[in-house]
Amino acid sequence: MSEPREGLWGGVRRGASSVAGFWRRSLRLRVVGSTVALTSLAIGLTGWALLAQVADGLGEARSTSAVAEARAGFDRVRAQLETTAVADAAAASEAVSQIVDSLTQSGQGEGRYDVVVAGPLGEPGEPAPVRSSGNVSASAIPDDLVETVADSDGVYWRFAEVPVAEGETRPVVVVGSRLDVPSTGDDYGIYYVFSTADQQETLNLVRNALALAGVAMIVMVAAVALVMSRQVLEPVRLARRTAERFAAGHLEQRMHVRGEDDLARLSESFNQMAASLQSQIARLENLSKLQQRFVSDVSHELRTPLTTIKMAGDVLHEARSGWDPSTARAAELLHRELQRFEELLADLMDLSRFDAGAAQLELESVDLAEVARRIVGDPVLTRKHIDVRLVGADEPVVTEADLRRVDRVVRNLVANAAAYSRSEDVVVTVGENAGSVSLSVRDHGVGLTSEESLRVFDRFWRADPARAAGGTGLGLSIARGDARLHGGDLRVGSIAGRGTDFVLTLPKPGGDVKRPALEPMREAGDA
Amino acid sequence: MSHRRTHHDRVLIVDDDASLAEMLSIVLEGEGLTTAVCRSGDKVPAAMGSFRPDVVLLDLMLPGVDGMEVCRRIRESSNVPIVMLTARTDTDDVVAGLAAGADDYIVKPFKNSELVARIRARLRRTDQILETLEFGDIVLDPAGHTVHRGGQPLELTPLEFDLLACLLGTPEQVFTREVLLQKVWGYHHPGDTKLVNVHMTRLRSKIEDDAENPTIIRTVRGVGYQAIAPS
Repeated sequence: MSEPREGLWGGVRRGASSVAGFWRRSLRLRVVGSTVALTSLAIGLTGWALLAQVADGLGEARSTSAVAEARAGFDRVRAQLETTAVADAAAASEAVSQIVDSLTQSGQGEGRYDVVVAGPLGEPGEPAPVRSSGNVSASAIPDDLVETVADSDGVYWRFAEVPVAEGETRPVVVVGSRLDVPSTGDDYGIYYVFSTADQQETLNLVRNALALAGVAMIVMVAAVALVMSRQVLEPVRLARRTAERFAAGHLEQRMHVRGEDDLARLSESFNQMAASLQSQIARLENLSKLQQRFVSDVSHELRTPLTTIKMAGDVLHEARSGWDPSTARAAELLHRELQRFEELLADLMDLSRFDAGAAQLELESVDLAEVARRIVGDPVLTRKHIDVRLVGADEPVVTEADLRRVDRVVRNLVANAAAYSRSEDVVVTVGENAGSVSLSVRDHGVGLTSEESLRVFDRFWRADPARAAGGTGLGLSIARGDARLHGGDLRVGSIAGRGTDFVLTLPKPGGDVKRPALEPMREAGDA
Repeated sequence: MSHRRTHHDRVLIVDDDASLAEMLSIVLEGEGLTTAVCRSGDKVPAAMGSFRPDVVLLDLMLPGVDGMEVCRRIRESSNVPIVMLTARTDTDDVVAGLAAGADDYIVKPFKNSELVARIRARLRRTDQILETLEFGDIVLDPAGHTVHRGGQPLELTPLEFDLLACLLGTPEQVFTREVLLQKVWGYHHPGDTKLVNVHMTRLRSKIEDDAENPTIIRTVRGVGYQAIAPS
């Protein structure tokens, strides 16, 4: 039961939030929206004030004419009463009735007013007999007017509503005055009830015209706002598009400057910024090229003599058996240290290429499982009596990668594990998920402290200088550089006394390494 | 094994660095090879004529005429195997050198044993086929190491001959680049697939009608190459 309602509510909420989102994103919608809202408010207020003034004016005109007409009527009645001799109250009442009838007839004839006569008036608060023409009853006369008329001389008027049918009223103006019948001394209240339907109609007409004009005005303002916002926002959009293209690498992208207004100045500033960025980037590119050139030159200049030395060293090394022990030993040391020197040079060159951004990937389809199998089966490892176990390497784990670099990283990790693993037990695990492939090399050696774990990828850093088992101290830095060149990563997890775990993660084509297939072991999660 | 082993194999060393050139001579002579040294690229054509080397060891960084140019000039008149020495591991340089006509390359610094193995691999023919092979309109003769297509002789280097013979010898079989490296180059060099790629491009440009759309040697994506039997 509640399911569809929630669905509906959810839909409404989604709809509302998408409208809200559009409102947030579209500057133009906001400009037009707020313009329309403010204009509506202004037009509404103006219209209301105008209408009130017109209503006042119409009411005043109507009341003035009504009072003038009533006054004339009252004068006529007074004159008539003065000339009519009445003997007693009944006769007076009869006379008044006749007057009312005559007045009413003249009113009815033109359909302009009704007449109500109340009296003779007794004590205040005491209801007086009422005579009236038409459908107007005594209740139509406002009470305060009745009191005012009873108490004071003069002519008074009020606006009022008189009922015409069930639940319907019509607007009227009521003019009243006290009438003394001189012969009897009785007082009568006499009231003219003028219809203001004409004025109301005029007022309605004016109101409708104003409303129509107001709506038309708002629509026009909205249209104007739309056009104006377009005029102002179009250059902004243009600037956005230019900036996007610039960010996408089109560094020659510039804005078109036209005129001298704020937008032109914006364009000019944008162009200045773009030019400055472009020249900065060009300078950096140039620097990077110089750096690459330098690396290449140093590499060549060092390599040629090193090659000669190394070849000579090899010759001496092979001939050492015929020499006295110390000379033979010297040849051995020469040979060994030349090897180290060469490795160091090669590693330094690799790092320089990473730094200069000159390292290149040769991508091909690489099966991490096969790489792991090949390296684990390397006789160099078996010679050292290190037991390497493979996990998850039965199925191919394939991604696009540089085989030479991947091979180098894995070889380095396994060799490291072999060198530092005291338990002679190394586990290589291969795994994959939707976005990445991972290879973990876990040893059960002495492990690293958390501080050492942080420094393990630093250049020339060694876990224990005294225990240094050869190598250049650059291997892990290069391994991480290789991993990152692929858009992947090399991470370490370690527990002192229990071993170290390096995890190489490489992205699959179109994937990323935000959620690696394997995670390095952690203090808590280690089983 | 080979018909050339009756005399000492001759290696022409082209290197501007006097010490390195001399050292190369010492090591290669120690292996029973005959060597001659060219100190600049300009002198190579003359040395080619007078020394008639069986293999050229060429340093890519030479003053004057650079290594690539020397390589191209040698290839204009000779199919002699060329092994280049390079100080650069940058792929682009190696590929350019191979494209210029070198058969193999070796990166400085190297072990003497590695150098000798490479030179020997280029001197020794890997006998891919023992009898004359006819493959469509292509005829390979292992005795004279000649290839004809439609009766016209094709100028292939020994390495290209071996590569072609290897593929045509077992048509339809897909050879991975690793296998080709082992069978044709004669040593295992894992991952160095650019050697195969560059030579395959050169071989195709010589035997195919349209090297862009090969009909004789097909690329099997992600695996390697295969010869397509003529229908």
